[in-house]
Amino acid sequence: MTDVLAVADHRRGELRDVSYELVTAGRELADVTGGNLHLAIISGPVDDFAEKANREGVDAIHTVSHGEEFNHDVYTQAITQLYDAIAPQYVLAPNSVNGLDYAPAVADELDLPIVTDAVGLEADGQTLIANREMYGGKVETTVEVDAESALVTIRSAEWPTAEGTGDAEIEAFDVEIDEDAIGSSVTGFEEVGGGDVDISEADVLVSIGRGIEEEENLDIIRELADALDATLSSSRPIVDNGWLPKNRQVGQSGKVVTPDVYIAIGISGAVQHVAGMKGSDTIVAINTDPNAPIMDIADYAIHDDLFDVVPALTEQFQ
Amino acid sequence: MSNGLCVLVPVTEVATVEDEFEIEGTAIADQYLGADLNEWDDYAVEEAVQLQEAGLADEVVTVTIGPEDCEQTIRQALAKGADRAIRVWDDALEGVDLLDVGAKTELLKAVVEAEEPDLVLSGVQSGDDSFGATGVSLASAVDFQWGAVVNGLEHDLEDGVASVRRELEGGVEELTDIDLPAVLTIQTGINEPRYASLRGIRQAQRKDLDVQTLADLGVDASAVEGDLELSEMYEPETESDVTVWEGGADDTAGQLAELLREKGVAQ
Ligand SMILES: Cc1cc2nc3c(=O)[nH]c(=O)nc-3n(C[C@H](O)[C@H](O)[C@H](O)COP(=O)(O)OP(=O)(O)OC[C@H]3O[C@@H](n4cnc5c(N)ncnc54)[C@H](O)[C@@H]3O)c2cc1C
Ligand SMILES: Nc1ncnc2c1ncn2[C@@H]1O[C@H](COP(=O)(O)O)[C@@H](O)[C@H]1O
Repeated sequence: MTDVLAVADHRRGELRDVSYELVTAGRELADVTGGNLHLAIISGPVDDFAEKANREGVDAIHTVSHGEEFNHDVYTQAITQLYDAIAPQYVLAPNSVNGLDYAPAVADELDLPIVTDAVGLEADGQTLIANREMYGGKVETTVEVDAESALVTIRSAEWPTAEGTGDAEIEAFDVEIDEDAIGSSVTGFEEVGGGDVDISEADVLVSIGRGIEEEENLDIIRELADALDATLSSSRPIVDNGWLPKNRQVGQSGKVVTPDVYIAIGISGAVQHVAGMKGSDTIVAINTDPNAPIMDIADYAIHDDLFDVVPALTEQFQ
Repeated sequence: MSNGLCVLVPVTEVATVEDEFEIEGTAIADQYLGADLNEWDDYAVEEAVQLQEAGLADEVVTVTIGPEDCEQTIRQALAKGADRAIRVWDDALEGVDLLDVGAKTELLKAVVEAEEPDLVLSGVQSGDDSFGATGVSLASAVDFQWGAVVNGLEHDLEDGVASVRRELEGGVEELTDIDLPAVLTIQTGINEPRYASLRGIRQAQRKDLDVQTLADLGVDASAVEGDLELSEMYEPETESDVTVWEGGADDTAGQLAELLREKGVAQ
């Protein structure tokens, strides 16, 4: 048991970037365990995906052509059968929404310990050491996995994408999918968050988070946005509360934005928020907490109360 | 009515951390920690209570793995409308510093087997450890169907099927039909969690809160030992070269205004 099995991530006909990052993470582990890196590609146009994912470092690609879209039962059955056939030491999956819809079930079926949302991995052949965050990114931890074999989901954008062309053998894996055990079916997809404004087009975003406390207080943020001729956006809780429409949400499940200036006000900088705005040119954070994770990616910061700073800033432009 | 569903809601109490804190060994020092009902579980409780109010559920039961200190948080869920609560704790759990997904699954599985719910509504993740995995792991262990990251549930549940929306990345939602019994992991924003009323808070004090040990559940202590060990905790290293403006609000706002003018904002 020295091999590593990584599972590619794709959605609606597109291979997602984390698939190439899984190749990098998997190669690094396989170099330590001294085994091969296997890549599983399940459902969708598998041959097309296999060709794309065949990058440097992959030793073998196993395709499972079954259905167009993701189904967690198909994934769970395919991966457990691959596990039995390959007997890998470690299984790597993406910490995506779909990854979290099958990885815990695979771990349970195979009786493997599961570590989710890893941002770093080290192995010495015996023990697996994973780095992961706790308390919304305020601290990082080291977790030791004391088991022969384990399943890990990795956070996206933490490992570089694998490049180059690989010479992995591509083989259709012969699975037996038990159709009776499939208890869910996808009936469609919907794009949400359309409407009048497209925050991804804005040059300047004034973005507000839970620090605003009450819906009425949003007025001071609106006034600032008006004074700056900027567009108003927000973190998730503001949209969850119904204070702003979904098309204003920045982040993993909202929009990805890349403005010239992003002003994050009362936003802690959770990973799912940062995923949507880290590409901004200049990031300014206004937050009372000097340890808030947003400070790690901010270019400029004010460690102070937004209720003092925001009106003072608005005044500067009136 | 007796053909309604029984809904089980696994509810966890999360540790909250003050802005300034210190780490002692592999934990944040106690004096910097607070406790709260997990944000995602608040939405799960609300969804369950709404199912009951719509006449689809007969009973809403919460289950929490945690020490006696959690009871205040559990009462919060009862005050919002859950009918009764189960708290699982045992001396064997006292020394475990990171209760991993496998261990939580074993304990919750025993409760599911005793309660035989039709629907389990967990949260997507716990706000402190953020494994984001317990709900789906539990579903597999008890042979239920499941759906992860659910931000919409149709309240008809006809023919034993739950029609849900799963929130994927980038503003895409997947519409999925899931056979019951099932575990759904509930995402924030699915509803508007209520505040407990004074009456609710009073009633909560009288509701059943049943404490179960490993022996009561028939779970062996070895099942909860877990394979993960928290070996280090530290503040994340940052590569940030953030410029922090100091001074009163007028000063800092002035500096920011200057930067914005340099960048051509509002001109
Ligand atoms: C699957 C999944 C998808 C998600 N998708 C998204 C997404 O797309 N977008 C998103 O944003 N989140 C998303 N989240 C949620 C994310 O994990 C966080 O919960 C959320 O981003 C937190 O929002 P916040 O920073 O506004 O709130 P908090 O984390 O509560 O932060 C509030 C901040 O305000 C500061 N503050 C408080 N009062 C003041 C004051 N008076 N002055 C100045 N500062 C103050 C505090 O110090 C704190 O840092 C997702 C989560 C999951 C599990
Ligand atoms: N200690 C616990 N007691 C009861 N339920 C829990 C516990 N920990 C986690 N859960 C449930 O599992 C969900 C996901 O938690 P996690 O996998 O730890 O991120 C939570 O939202 C709860 O519904």
